Amino acid sequence: MADTPIPLEVQNIKKRFGDTEVLKGLSLQAHKGDVITLIGASGSGKSTFLRCMNLLEQPNEGELFVHGEQIRFKETRHGREPADWKQVVNMRARLSMVFQSFNLWAHMTLLENVIEAPVHVLGKSRQAATEHARALLERVGLAERADYYPAQLSGGQQQRGAIARALAMDPEVMLFDEPTSALDPELVGDVLKVMRDLAEEGRTMIVVTHEMAFARDVSTQVIYLHQGQVEEAGPPAEVLGNPKSERLKQFLAPKH
Amino acid sequence: MIDLHGYGPRLAEGALITIELGILSLILAVILGLLTASAKMSRSWPLRRLATLYTTIIRGVPDLVLMMLLFFGGQIGINMFTDWLYTQFDVDIFINVNEFVAGVITIGLIFGAYMGETFRGAFLAVDSGQIEAGRAYGMTHWLVFRRIRFPQMMRHALPGLSNNWMVLLKTTALVSVIGLSDMVRVAAEASKATREPFTFMIIVAAIYLLIASVSEWGFARLQKRYDIGYGEAD
Repeated sequence: MADTPIPLEVQNIKKRFGDTEVLKGLSLQAHKGDVITLIGASGSGKSTFLRCMNLLEQPNEGELFVHGEQIRFKETRHGREPADWKQVVNMRARLSMVFQSFNLWAHMTLLENVIEAPVHVLGKSRQAATEHARALLERVGLAERADYYPAQLSGGQQQRGAIARALAMDPEVMLFDEPTSALDPELVGDVLKVMRDLAEEGRTMIVVTHEMAFARDVSTQVIYLHQGQVEEAGPPAEVLGNPKSERLKQFLAPKH
Repeated sequence: MIDLHGYGPRLAEGALITIELGILSLILAVILGLLTASAKMSRSWPLRRLATLYTTIIRGVPDLVLMMLLFFGGQIGINMFTDWLYTQFDVDIFINVNEFVAGVITIGLIFGAYMGETFRGAFLAVDSGQIEAGRAYGMTHWLVFRRIRFPQMMRHALPGLSNNWMVLLKTTALVSVIGLSDMVRVAAEASKATREPFTFMIIVAAIYLLIASVSEWGFARLQKRYDIGYGEAD
């Protein structure tokens, strides 16, 4: 048995929106240092799957283990819900998410964004959080932009800022929800470079993406989803280099 | 100089009552408004119904009628209750509805309904991604409210809030019907006694205008504060 608990494990996640079942029993294990990329056409459920991992969406079925701790659920009038929100809050503090539309808090400067959760959620001192934040902003190349508001930054800068905000939590697992999809093509490279660095230093990451080069070069595992089910999964060389299903072959074929 | 025939000090007292009444009612209205907005956005239907009932009644009945209903009706209700206490439990208490408190409660209740709509719209205008980011970083509901929803909502609420405040301020003049000596009532008395209505009414108008101007300045500063971060790139 492993000494250290698995950072994140999900089992048999099912999710319905009304009568439509969008996730049909998905499982995943993220060990320390894993970089798992979720690929698939839009509507395949990859973002919903990611959002079930930190319970921004409530799965209708399935189990969730964060750092070995099982999240407890209960049935309510409104459907299945976490039994203990405090447990969820603690769990979310261990996973941090990077959104497609950045979602930096608009009324705070970049620096304030980065120290917000460490100070108010983790209870870090303002001074320690600020020092850490400045180092992180330096790292993502935004040291001089610390006092800018998100609206004053480009999309690429905002997303790198959002990655600094995620890193400030010292997360066990980082969840990326199409982090480059909202960016102008010339800004994508900077964000991907930061993400490559994170993967290299052994961060555990789960990434929903359309960037096939990133999936090929960086990930330890690629999962191809189709209509809420895993169509193919495995090491990138296998899944991307030698796809078996017709659908995946078509998905990977260059588009004109 | 304008001759106030010795009514100066009473007018000043009346103006002070107007201001106190306005500010206390505003505080009550803001609290009720936040509660109403939360109730209307809540998942519980009894709460939503209750909030809708409240805003429908308040917005459908004239302020003056409500004020008299609550003041006189309230006194009758309290008297019935104390009578019942006396006959049932031999407890003899006497509660007299204080005009000032009645005024604050009535105006607060009326404007709470309007504030509720203002706040509801403002809460809905906050981008859901901002709130989601808070939740994803382990913030509790309360922390998300205090650190993200409230400050971002205020930016959208302030124009409506300041408008409501201006109307509220002028509605305080209605309290003279329940016998409170605000500046309008003092001026009306003085006008009758001195037969110089113009002198006193122009002073009252000027004082209202002064309060309104100061408020506008204050709201503009608040708006500036809550607009931080939404300016264009420099």
